[in-house]
Amino acid sequence: MLTYALPLSAALFAIGTLGVVVRRNAIVMFLCIELQLNAVNLAFVALSRQVGIEGQLFVFFVMTVAAAEAAVGLAIIIAVFRHQRTVQVDRFNLLRW
Amino acid sequence: MPSSSSSGATAPFADPASSALSEAAALPVQQAAVWEPFLPWMVVLLPLLGFVANGLLALVSATRSAAAVRAGGTEDSLSLDGGRPRTHRWPTYIGPGVMIAAFLLAIVNFAGMLGADLHEPVVAGPYWTWLATSSLRIDVALHLDQLSMIMMLVVTGVGSLIHVFSVGYMRDDPGYPRYFAYLNLFVFFMLVLVLGAGYPLMFVGWEGVGLCSYLLIGYWFADREKADAGKKAFIVNRIGDFGFLLAMFLLFDNIGALDFVSVFEGAEAAFSDNRALVTTATLLFMLGAAGKSAQVPLHVWLPDAMAGPTPVSALIHAATMVTAGVYVIARSSALFALAPASQAVVAGIGALTALLAATIALRQYDIKKVLAYSTVSQLGFMFLAAGVGAYTAAVFHLVTHAFFKALLFLGAGAVIHSLHHAFHETGSKADAQDMRNMGGLRAKMPVTWAVMGIATLAIAGVWPLAGFFSKDEIIWYAGAWAGAPGNANGSWYVVFWVVALATALLTAFYMTRLMVMTFHGRSRLGDAEQRHVHDSPWVMRAPLIVLAVLSVAGGLLNVPESLRVLVFGAAPFEWLHHWLEPVTHAAAEIQVAGMGEAAHQSPVGGGELTWALISTVAALAVVGGAFAVLRKRLYRTAAEDADPRTGLALALERKWYFDEAYDRAVVRPVLALSRWCWKIVDGIVIDGFVNLAAALARLAGWTTSLFHTGQVNTYAFVLALGVLAVLGAVYLP
Repeated sequence: MLTYALPLSAALFAIGTLGVVVRRNAIVMFLCIELQLNAVNLAFVALSRQVGIEGQLFVFFVMTVAAAEAAVGLAIIIAVFRHQRTVQVDRFNLLRW
Repeated sequence: MPSSSSSGATAPFADPASSALSEAAALPVQQAAVWEPFLPWMVVLLPLLGFVANGLLALVSATRSAAAVRAGGTEDSLSLDGGRPRTHRWPTYIGPGVMIAAFLLAIVNFAGMLGADLHEPVVAGPYWTWLATSSLRIDVALHLDQLSMIMMLVVTGVGSLIHVFSVGYMRDDPGYPRYFAYLNLFVFFMLVLVLGAGYPLMFVGWEGVGLCSYLLIGYWFADREKADAGKKAFIVNRIGDFGFLLAMFLLFDNIGALDFVSVFEGAEAAFSDNRALVTTATLLFMLGAAGKSAQVPLHVWLPDAMAGPTPVSALIHAATMVTAGVYVIARSSALFALAPASQAVVAGIGALTALLAATIALRQYDIKKVLAYSTVSQLGFMFLAAGVGAYTAAVFHLVTHAFFKALLFLGAGAVIHSLHHAFHETGSKADAQDMRNMGGLRAKMPVTWAVMGIATLAIAGVWPLAGFFSKDEIIWYAGAWAGAPGNANGSWYVVFWVVALATALLTAFYMTRLMVMTFHGRSRLGDAEQRHVHDSPWVMRAPLIVLAVLSVAGGLLNVPESLRVLVFGAAPFEWLHHWLEPVTHAAAEIQVAGMGEAAHQSPVGGGELTWALISTVAALAVVGGAFAVLRKRLYRTAAEDADPRTGLALALERKWYFDEAYDRAVVRPVLALSRWCWKIVDGIVIDGFVNLAAALARLAGWTTSLFHTGQVNTYAFVLALGVLAVLGAVYLP
C-alpha cells in the first residue's frame, strides 16, 4: 500500500511545488498550494495504518487550515484584483524595497 | 586649619557651620580684639548688587531693542535724546551710587584701622566654607590689613570717580545699562581679588576681572577688531593664569594651606631646605603677575585693550586691574623674599618692560596707545620696585599712578569724546583718537588741558607732584640696594638703576609729545569741526579735577626723611611706609638678613636728595626742551601723513615687532595646526572612518536587496531550494 501511496504523494507534492514556482496566475498558484496540502494529507492517511490514528487526526487539521486559507486567500486575491485588474503575481511588486 | 586670626584674638575660631548660617551674625564673634571692621562684606557686595540691578535693566533694554529690530526699526530706534527710557536713566544713579556707598564704607573701615594700631591682619569671616576636603579647607573670608585697605580705597575711590565720568562719556550709547552692569561687576571682582583671604579666593577675583576686562574691551562687539582685541586679552592672560594656578598647587603641596595667614607663617619652615621650590613657586606667581600686569613678553594685550570705552581703559587698564600683578607680588612679599633669584627676575622684567614700553610710546600716534604703553612702562617701574624689595615704593607708585594715569585716560577720553562728536556732526571719517588729527585744542578745552598738564608733569616726575616722590623712591631703592653688601646681583641692580633713570626721561619726553600734539601748535581740525569742540560737561569735568588734586597731593603719602625739606616738613614722615610696615616687615627682615642694609648712596655716589633734585631738573629740562622743539614742528593729519618710516622709527612704530613675532611664532603655527587638524584629522581621518562605515553598510544593504525581487515565485523557489538543501544536509550522508 505504502509503496504506491508515498510515491504518489511525493509526485503530487512536487507538481504542486513546481506550479507555485513557475506559474504567475494567483488562482493557479493557489490551486497548486491546495495540491501540496492534499499530497501531504495523502501521506498522513497512508502512514496512519502503521503509525497510528494521529495521522488521520492531522488530516482534519490540515483540511481546516486549508479551508481557512482558501477563504482568506481568495479574499486577498479579490481585493488585489479590484485595484490592479489582474491576478498576475509578477505585477504585484509595489512593496518591493 | 587656621583660617582666621585677628590681632591678639582671644575668641576661639568660629564654628564654620554656625557662621555659615548668617554672614552678619558671624562678624561680632570673630573680632573680639582691637578693631572690628564695619560691614566689610558690604563693600564687596554693593557693586555686585549694582551689577544685578543694572544687568536686569540691560536685559530689559536688550529685549526691547530686539523687538524694535524685529518690527523693522534699528537698535538705536529707542531714542535716547527725547525721553530716555527708564532702563537708560536708572543706571546713572545705580552705577555710581553703589560705588560711592562702597567708597564711604571703605573710608569708615580705613578710619577704624587708622585708629587701631594693627599689627596682624584681621580676617573677617569665614562667612562660609567654599571647599572642604580631608586636607584642604577653603573658607570665604576677607583679609583686612594695611595693604588690602589701601587697595580697597584705590579701587572704590578711583572707581567712583570713573563711574561718575562714565555717566557723561557713555550717555548716548545704546548699551548704557549693560556698560554699567559690566563696570560694577568688574569692581566686585576687583574687591574680591584684593580682599580675599587666600590665594583661591584671590584667583576667583583674578579670573573675574579678566572676564570683565574681556567683556568691556569687546564692549562694542559688533566691530570685529574690538571683539578680537577682547579675545587677545583673554588668551594672553590665560598664560599667566596657568602660572598662578601652578604656584598655588606648589604652595598647597608644601605648606598644606592656601590662606594668607597660614601660608606666610609656614613658608619659611616649609621652604627652608628647598629654596629651588620657593623660587619656582614665586616665578610662577611672577608669570601670572606678568600676564595680568602686561609685562614683557606678555604685554601685547594691553595696547589692544584700548579698543574698549576710554573710562574702561582708565579704570581697568590703568588704575586697578593691571596693578593686580603688583598687588600679588606685594602680598606674597614673604615668599619672594625667600627667593632672591625670583626677585631679580621680577626686577629685570620690570626694568626691561619699563624701557621697551617707553621707547614704543615715543612713536605712537593714537592718544590711547601712547597712554597704554605709558601704563605698561609704569607697571614695569612697579615691578622693578617690588623686585628690589621696595614693596612700599611699588604700592606707593601704584597709588599715585592710579591717580595720574586715570586722569590722563579720562582727559584723553574727554578729548576723544569731543572730537568724536565734532567729526560725527560734520560727517568726517577722521580718527578721533589719532593725535595727528588734533593740535591746538588748548583754547577749546582749557580745563582738560590744565588737568592733563598736571598729570603729565606728575608722571614725568616733576617736583612736587605725586609721580616725583613715587618714581624717585623706586629709582632710589634700585640704586641703594645695588650697594647692599650681600647682594649677589648687585651689578644687575646698577643696570636697573640706570634703566630706570633713562626711562624716567623717556617718560617725560613722550608725555610732552602727547601734550604738544594734542593741545598745542597749529590745529589740524577743519573749521567746521572747530566749532563743535569744547570742554566736557560737569559730570565729566568734576572727576578730572578731583583726580588732578590727588595727582598733585598724592606724593605726600610717603615723603622720606631726606626729601622732607622739599615739602617744607608739611607731610608726615614716610606715612605709607610705616602704614604698610606690618605687611612688609617680614620680607624686609629676610632681605636685610640676606643682603645686609641698603647703601646710603647711589652706585655713583650722591644721596637721595641729590638724585631727587637731579632727576626733577632733568625731567623739567626734557619737558621744556621737548615742548620748545615739538611745538614748532608742523605735524600733518593722519590722512596726509604718508611718509615711509625707516630704521628705528619704523621699529618703534611697529612696537619692536612683538605682534609680528608672536604672529610668526605662535599665531600662525597654531592656525596651521588647527587647519591641519580640521582638514586632515577631522576632514579626512575621522570623517573618513565615519563615511567608510556608512558606505560599507550601504553596500551590504544594496547587495542583499538584490535578493528581494518582489516576485512571490522567486521567494517560493528559493524557499523550496532551501528546504531541499536542509533535507539534503540532514539525510544525505
